[in-house]
Amino acid sequence: MTIHTELPQVAGQKPATVHPLWLRLTHWLNALAVLIMVTSGWQIYNASPLFDFDFPRSITLGGWLGGAIQWHFAGMWLFGFNGLFYLLMNIFTGRMKQKFWPLTPRGIFNDLRAALRGKLQHNDLRHYNMVQRAAYVFVMFDGIVLVLSGLVVWKSVQFPLLRELMGGFDTARYVHFLAMASLVGFVVLHLVMVALVPKTLIAMIRGR
Amino acid sequence: MKNIIKKSIVQIFSTSDSEAIVQEAKKQIIRELDAPSRRLFLQRGLTLGGIAMLTGCDISDNASVETALGKISGFNDRVQGWLFGSTRLAPVYPESMMTRPFPFNAFYAEDDAPEVDGLAYRLKIAGLALDKREWSLPALYKMAQVSQVTRHICVEGWSAIGKWGGVPFGDFLRLIGADLSAEYVSFKCADEYYTSIDMATALHPQTLLALTYDGEILPRKYGFPMKLRMPTKLGYKNPKHIEVIEITNKFTGGYWEDQGYNWFGGS
Repeated sequence: MTIHTELPQVAGQKPATVHPLWLRLTHWLNALAVLIMVTSGWQIYNASPLFDFDFPRSITLGGWLGGAIQWHFAGMWLFGFNGLFYLLMNIFTGRMKQKFWPLTPRGIFNDLRAALRGKLQHNDLRHYNMVQRAAYVFVMFDGIVLVLSGLVVWKSVQFPLLRELMGGFDTARYVHFLAMASLVGFVVLHLVMVALVPKTLIAMIRGR
Repeated sequence: MKNIIKKSIVQIFSTSDSEAIVQEAKKQIIRELDAPSRRLFLQRGLTLGGIAMLTGCDISDNASVETALGKISGFNDRVQGWLFGSTRLAPVYPESMMTRPFPFNAFYAEDDAPEVDGLAYRLKIAGLALDKREWSLPALYKMAQVSQVTRHICVEGWSAIGKWGGVPFGDFLRLIGADLSAEYVSFKCADEYYTSIDMATALHPQTLLALTYDGEILPRKYGFPMKLRMPTKLGYKNPKHIEVIEITNKFTGGYWEDQGYNWFGGS
């Protein structure tokens, strides 16, 4: 007896997997970690703002400084280890090279121009155009900067080399803030793109 | 305090009832600790309900969320103890980089800082030490003093550079024959503040029993007659107006720590 799938696929051929399971898991765990880290981080920022504004209390997590710090220092393990696992899997499965290489300034420019003219296609979800590659590589780098600057803010005495690389304790706070702002900027853009091409969301949930 | 309540309750009620009453009493005590803050803590915890549904955990039970976060905070204490370098020094700065005026910071207004009578003052030693004699201020001033310009980092994120002088705390602990293998050193202060630190930090070469600020006798606002100054810990771990130093293996927490701040509080 044969079991028929509901999708009209070519006989005997399974639909191609866009995202392997480990990638989808790390993606959604990362989404949760980012939500916890950003909203609790805003509350911590409010305790001693770097700029002439603070974040509305209603969108912050933790209720008060102590609670926000508890959330932040719990979420950091998820963010850090999930991110590390993602990066290592990308490198060792060859996905990093396969998906994000080559990446050239010229290519980014061409694809960006095409995108702005509405001529950039995203029919094959397994293939990332140059703008996507640049954005994903950037956000990986940004995540690393977030973790490293966060380590300096958390333990500036215990990580002297990192502290000097970040320009000292006070500068590390600015680096941490700017890296957060970049991440939030990426998330906004990322969500707009998902809204424009909804099948990418299905693929990130089902894998196909 | 909780133990006293528990004992007295056990005397009055049967064992089965007493457990429930102790639980209720504990809740009352916790509620009294900065009630508005704690309410907000729970309230904001609830807003995370949406996320929780994605993960399938029940986050609506706020007590268990708080317990879980508290456990992770304990885990972070252990990680920080492990990361701590007992000889790794905090950066020192030239006096020209000092923050002027150095900010006042406490859980009360500057005018409410305790006024300690320097003549009547006696530092008390308790717990695991051979010599528990009380110390007068002149006796403390006579000890060999050092000074250092270091950065005070507040849990809120701001920082300020100041110059503290006094007796290296490790020297003081050795002098009074403290059990250096004890786990904690805890402090009771004239402003009702209390905190405790790990022995490794107590013995760190930059940990000072600070008696002066910027070359002058420690002003009231910065903790007269004495504070513990640790550049390897956040501000709230640095107790001011110290009256009692206890060397102990018993975990005694701290004023802010009991409300949720991380106990190790290292920088």
